[in-house]
Amino acid sequence: MTALRNFIDGLPILSLVTFLPLLGAGLILAVRGDSETVARQARFIALWTTLITFALSLFIWIGFNPTTSAFQFEERAEWLPQYKITYRMGVDGISMLFVILSTFLMPLCVLASWHSIEKMVREYMVAFLALETMMIGMFCAMDMVLFYVFFEGVLIPMFLIIGIWGGGRRVYSAFKFFLFTLTGSVLLLVAMLAMYYTAGTTDIPTLMNTKFPVPMQYWLWLGLFASFAVKVPMWPVHTWLPDAHVDAPTAGSVILAGVLLKMGGYGFLRFSLPMLPEASVYFTPLIYTLSVIAIIYTSLVALVQQDMKKLIAYSSVAHMGYVTLGVFAGNQQGVQGAIFQMLSHGVVSGALFLCVGVVYDRLHTREIDRYGGLADNMPKYAFVFMVFMLASVGLPGTAGFVGEFLVLAGAFQANSWVALLAASGVILGATYMLYLYRRVIFGALTKADVKAMLDLDRREIAIFAPVVAVVMWMGLYPLPFLDVMNVSVTELLNKYQAVVVSTSTADAGTVGGSLLAWLR
Amino acid sequence: MLMVASVFLPLLGATIAGFFGRFIGNRGAHVVTCLGIGLAAVCSIPTFIDVAIHGHSHVVPVFSFLVSGTFEAAWALRYDTLSATMVMTVSCVSTLIHVYSVGYMSHDKSQPRFMAYLSLFSFAMLALVTADNLVQLFFGWEGVGVVSYLLIGFWYHKPSACAAAIKAFVVNRVGDFGFLLGIFAAYYLFDAVTFDVIFSAAPGKADSTVTLFSHQWHALTITCLLLFVGAMGKSAQLFLHTWLPDAMEGPTPVSALIHAATMVTAGVFLVARMSPLFEYAPTALAVVTIVGATTAFFAATVGCVQNDIKRIIAYSTCSQLGYMFVACGVSAYQGGIFHLMTHAWFKALLFLSAGSVIHAMSDEQDIRKMGGIWNKIPMTFAVMTIGTIAITGIPPLSGFFSKDMIIEAAHASETSAGHYAYLMTILVALLTSFYSWRLIFITFFGVPRADHHTMEHIHESPYVMLIPLFVLSLGAVFIGGGFNELFVGHGREHFWGEAIKVLPAHDTIERAHNEHAPFVIEWLPLIVSLAGLAVAYWMYMARPGTAARLANSMPWLYRFLLNKWYFDELYNFLFVRPAFKLGRLFWKGGDGAIIDGLGPDGVSSVVVRAARRLGIVQSGYLYHYAFAMIIGIAGVVTWMVIRAGGFGHGVTP
Repeated sequence: MTALRNFIDGLPILSLVTFLPLLGAGLILAVRGDSETVARQARFIALWTTLITFALSLFIWIGFNPTTSAFQFEERAEWLPQYKITYRMGVDGISMLFVILSTFLMPLCVLASWHSIEKMVREYMVAFLALETMMIGMFCAMDMVLFYVFFEGVLIPMFLIIGIWGGGRRVYSAFKFFLFTLTGSVLLLVAMLAMYYTAGTTDIPTLMNTKFPVPMQYWLWLGLFASFAVKVPMWPVHTWLPDAHVDAPTAGSVILAGVLLKMGGYGFLRFSLPMLPEASVYFTPLIYTLSVIAIIYTSLVALVQQDMKKLIAYSSVAHMGYVTLGVFAGNQQGVQGAIFQMLSHGVVSGALFLCVGVVYDRLHTREIDRYGGLADNMPKYAFVFMVFMLASVGLPGTAGFVGEFLVLAGAFQANSWVALLAASGVILGATYMLYLYRRVIFGALTKADVKAMLDLDRREIAIFAPVVAVVMWMGLYPLPFLDVMNVSVTELLNKYQAVVVSTSTADAGTVGGSLLAWLR
Repeated sequence: MLMVASVFLPLLGATIAGFFGRFIGNRGAHVVTCLGIGLAAVCSIPTFIDVAIHGHSHVVPVFSFLVSGTFEAAWALRYDTLSATMVMTVSCVSTLIHVYSVGYMSHDKSQPRFMAYLSLFSFAMLALVTADNLVQLFFGWEGVGVVSYLLIGFWYHKPSACAAAIKAFVVNRVGDFGFLLGIFAAYYLFDAVTFDVIFSAAPGKADSTVTLFSHQWHALTITCLLLFVGAMGKSAQLFLHTWLPDAMEGPTPVSALIHAATMVTAGVFLVARMSPLFEYAPTALAVVTIVGATTAFFAATVGCVQNDIKRIIAYSTCSQLGYMFVACGVSAYQGGIFHLMTHAWFKALLFLSAGSVIHAMSDEQDIRKMGGIWNKIPMTFAVMTIGTIAITGIPPLSGFFSKDMIIEAAHASETSAGHYAYLMTILVALLTSFYSWRLIFITFFGVPRADHHTMEHIHESPYVMLIPLFVLSLGAVFIGGGFNELFVGHGREHFWGEAIKVLPAHDTIERAHNEHAPFVIEWLPLIVSLAGLAVAYWMYMARPGTAARLANSMPWLYRFLLNKWYFDELYNFLFVRPAFKLGRLFWKGGDGAIIDGLGPDGVSSVVVRAARRLGIVQSGYLYHYAFAMIIGIAGVVTWMVIRAGGFGHGVTP
């Protein structure tokens, strides 16, 4: 193990994993020939690139030392020395698994787009590979400017993927997505500039130990919040998500739900909580309120959807409500649960969108009522869909349970009312998912075109098999995942708790404080 | 080793039948699943003897499951008298149901799937009863819930089956919601979810209070009440019972499995398992007693007027579960578990013989269309009568011992909840006897009311179905007498060991044993049971037509009972329809009109209009709202920041 670790330490593995997809993109651009050849080559290059990236990223996990909260696999290079901005990469227990999540989902996305994308395949694959670089880079960045570049960089390929390869009102949805996130990003940029001018550095570990004056923290917090809340997305800035999902191609939805939404939750954990603890404590009631509304409100909205993707999109908002709740519960179970929930939601909702993609590829509609009785002619599909449906419902033994359970356990200690209200999502979540499943899979098989649908083929089984395995693994033996994040979360919370204690006594007179006291 | 086998063999059977059903065929699926659960049953008996009789209780660790901070939950199998009893009951009854299903489902086209579900269901129940901590218990708890969903919706072509399946899962989830909060409360209180830790710390917390939901509670009371909400969901107690009768939509063996040994008994098991907590929460015990007694009464009244053979038995289950909760509520947990066990045998017997009747009557379930068939299917008639004698508490069959114990314990209880429960249980014994015999008389006697075609096809079930019925009959006859002394007799403390805790002051069983009640009180349960038999005989045999006249003279009462006290209608009105309405309102109104209307769409349209009608004053209401909202948000944010002293320092470049 140590030999392996020394070897990995010698490699700039984070940069390798980050930029390897970009290399693949370059290769794809270099392919010459007629459009048929180019498309085929592009698919294969993209698949191999993403597979190798995934394999390489596993070394990060293998070599990761879970007993320290320090950043690991660090790399540092001069970038803009006159502004003291460096190219600095590293992962800790909070970010590492998100890297794996991104690299894990990418080959599945390429496979899912194999036949369904027919126009401009080369450009599509290039966009996806560029997207992968941005995502991984964002989770590895240890410098705020670097983070911001990747964070915003994600927007562009995603915007193109929805706008070009999407369906329906794709231009409207792409712009809506862009406008929402861009508005947030501008405020994030302002906040980051302010932090830079105050602290004189953009180095994330340094900023974590910088104490910003309390009144200023509130403004900074709101600036970050504007951006992260849109990304999560939190109620009421979630309305871009259903539209973006509905019109995005399947793989776009997978990445959107699987990774892009996690950027918000990750942002809260990486910036808001450690750098602006007093403000985080101060605004906790706000987050609680919005999270609880998200869980109940969007679950009810999901119940009445007619479009499969919209339904799952709304369920994502509800599930991400648990994430924000857990992060701001500010205790071990809450934060670990939130991270776990992000990972499991990434896999499960990504898989659910893949499930929608399977039937969409066959019937070219997402209208729930057009289906029914698929259990008869697509038993394998029915099984796979059932696994993910139950995982989304949070059944113990699947990935969905662990995160939800820990978040609620954490929330209960922080505020029992919030836990009570949020736990109602357990009932509502079961209702809308079972209702969806019933209308698509159960019932009598009567419609002629639905009868003609074929069960999963080998490519689709290859996509789903690893996801099913991961969902079960995370549900039955979640310890390896929890172990990775354990120490980093503890360290984060040790600092945060100290502030919580001092603030809750000093702040008892404020509205937030008294509201919180009453709610307890 | 035997213990681990008795839990995991059914899972193995389910996996093989489920995934390789296509390769091994129907016969193969029958063999592996029956073998899996059968071996589990065989293993459970030496385990029971070792653990319960010889008192070798222990915990088998499997592996660590969840660790987060101080929150730790492991996979481990807990073996004490309580779990050994449950494992034995569950696996034995389940085995018989498996065998019966081979015959009953022989015409179905997806038998491997059915057998796999049955085994998976048994596994989930076994995992539930052998849990060593609350999280693992919840795993089995939800596992049972989800497989019941699959089984009830087994005939997924039928819309009614799908609806019943969803209803079962969602109503159970309402209970689980309480259970989850109960787990969190326990963790909050004890900083642990493992039983041993909780139980040993419980006496120390007897006087603690805790502030939850803006109210100061007696700590153990609120914890127990939250857990009990979970038990109410799973055990179909009043308010959360609506799923149980609808669960009849599944094939009959499923009904037998759900109603007899597994699933619905999980709630009773939970209360018994948590007895070290409930013992220090008298208010929670009173609630358990009252809910149990009221459910028993409610379900019995509804059972008196139903016409679907399975539905009558379903309500009887609901009612008998009420008895078990009464037992737990008056601290006679042993009596509750005793009744759970006897009930498992005779209720499985009743359901499976009902299945045999349905089978004989060409899938007819309405007892009004039966009658006069006792000599056509004599074996089914005989075993069903045995089941009925057992459930109505006529000695020396099983039901007599366990039911009598519960009623006596309720009588011996000195709490007002106990008095209420005593009255109710006596009344319900009368009703139980009435509707059970009504079922027998209408189904088997009188003039045949089925059509000619059906009557010609009446046939006795094959031996693969009859043999399980015979074995269950043996259980229904002998289990009660055989285990009476062990479970609730004078040596019960030695038998139960640490598994069940009863404070000496609460020991109603002891008091019932020492009490020398007047002759009438002592024999009252039997007297009312015979009275119920007599009334049923008079109404349906001696004077047929009395029932119709009675219904006509009190139509409102009849309709009230026939419609199950209108719970479904009430819930539709209160929850289901408003949920959909709210969903649409939030979607179209909240997301569409307000958020998007004022956000992206609103801004763009305002800009467009402003550009178009430059100079003209716009006073569209949407614009007003948008403006007001923006001002409002800006105001709130500014105020929050000012409150915190934000101005003056601001962003300093």
